[in-house]
Amino acid sequence: MSTSTPSASTPSTSTPSATTGTRATRVLGLVTLTLFVALVIIGFVIARPDVNQYDAARLLFVHVPAAEMAYVAYITTAVCSAFYLWPRTRSATWDRVAGASAEIGSVLIGLTLLTGMLWGKITWGTYWVWDARLTSTALLFVMFLGYLAVRQLDAAPGVRRKRAAVLALVAAADVPIVHFSVQWWRTQHQAASLTAKGALEGTYRFAHFLGFVAFLLAYIWLMMHRNRVAMLQEHLDERGLDAAIAERWREGASAAEAIPS
Amino acid sequence: MLRTARAVAAKDLRIERRSKVALTQVLPFALVVVVLFAFALDPSTSLRAATPGLFWVAVLLVLLLAVQRSFAVEVTDGAFDAVRLAELDPAGVFLGKAGALAVQLLGVEAAMAVAVLVFYDPTARAADVTPFHVSVGAIMLFVAAAVAATTGLVATGTLYGALAAGSRVRDTLLPLLVFPVVAPVLIGATRATEATLGIGKTTLSDGWPAVGLLAVFAAVAVATGVLAFGPLLEEA
Repeated sequence: MSTSTPSASTPSTSTPSATTGTRATRVLGLVTLTLFVALVIIGFVIARPDVNQYDAARLLFVHVPAAEMAYVAYITTAVCSAFYLWPRTRSATWDRVAGASAEIGSVLIGLTLLTGMLWGKITWGTYWVWDARLTSTALLFVMFLGYLAVRQLDAAPGVRRKRAAVLALVAAADVPIVHFSVQWWRTQHQAASLTAKGALEGTYRFAHFLGFVAFLLAYIWLMMHRNRVAMLQEHLDERGLDAAIAERWREGASAAEAIPS
Repeated sequence: MLRTARAVAAKDLRIERRSKVALTQVLPFALVVVVLFAFALDPSTSLRAATPGLFWVAVLLVLLLAVQRSFAVEVTDGAFDAVRLAELDPAGVFLGKAGALAVQLLGVEAAMAVAVLVFYDPTARAADVTPFHVSVGAIMLFVAAAVAATTGLVATGTLYGALAAGSRVRDTLLPLLVFPVVAPVLIGATRATEATLGIGKTTLSDGWPAVGLLAVFAAVAVATGVLAFGPLLEEA
């Protein structure tokens, strides 16, 4: 993707480009934007109001794809963390991708909770009910906020990455609980509609499909940018360290000169 | 592994016996929380119904202090580096730390249970002066729930305590990490305790499924800790 990736062995000789955009991300960004415009038009203009939920159903064009992409993002975080913990595949890249994915996933889960609460207020008459789906989703959100906090830990990079990876694996164990909660317990939240036959048809099914693709592309686009920002950040840290070491060397040299022989 | 666990647990309990931090600070804190809840809620009505939940929320607060203390003694003077250098089995170290915590936490829970019975009197029924309607079955249910819940709590607490240890932000980070994960313990233990006290027309048999949930959580938490402690101990 990028031609000027800084390599770990020679941090100060190669300088990555100052921007995180490339031709690929620009094209991808434009396609994503087009899809979102299409989703907005279908969601607000073409789709008829639902028989039971009226206009509130339009919220689900965002709610469902956001939730699905949040699953994808968190599972990506967990898989990358596992690769990082496995000694043979240990590399800072896995950690970087895991962190980027968790950040985007948390935004998506936040969006899911927000749209879900607004929808709930209209349809159920309340913002929040303590059912298994909502509760486990809220816990997932908080656990990944904890994960992001551990990523900011003031420890050596290797220590911090390892701790974050362990935590990601534990937190991601909640993803299947969230997903299957509607089957395991009697929840106020309805069970999966997409796989249920005849539950979702025509414009609604298409809008959902479109929403999923749009959110997927947005996720990939954000991942590319976030990953490069993290790379630049690491490069900057390394350069700062190199500069500090060079300065100490100079100090040492001048001090040695000052000693009368 | 078990020998290491015993040695580490004995070390932690010896430190506690000599420093008496749990006895002179954590336990009084737990009792203060019990009293504060009574100030916050109306003792004649809502307090009684809320007793099980309040008890276990207080236990969570105590857990936090105990975990912080347990890792503070390791981090100061680089004691954990010595543990690492001694090439001890990480799973054994985990079980030892968790075991010592469990002993302390169960002790505090027992004292708190007595305090709650005395101050809240949740077993009292109308027009009755005999104190403490607690049957043997109820005590068995409560003890089983407490042991299962405590096992899950200390296993989770030890894992995350090691994760946050040595960081400048550990005191604020630990609750954020631990509390969401132990939410199922709070739910299960509260249900079991409600059944013990017969709150909300529950009977003792309603409590045992909750104990099952607590036991499953405890088993998963201990297994996770045993597996994950290795990577956490071998610091880069």
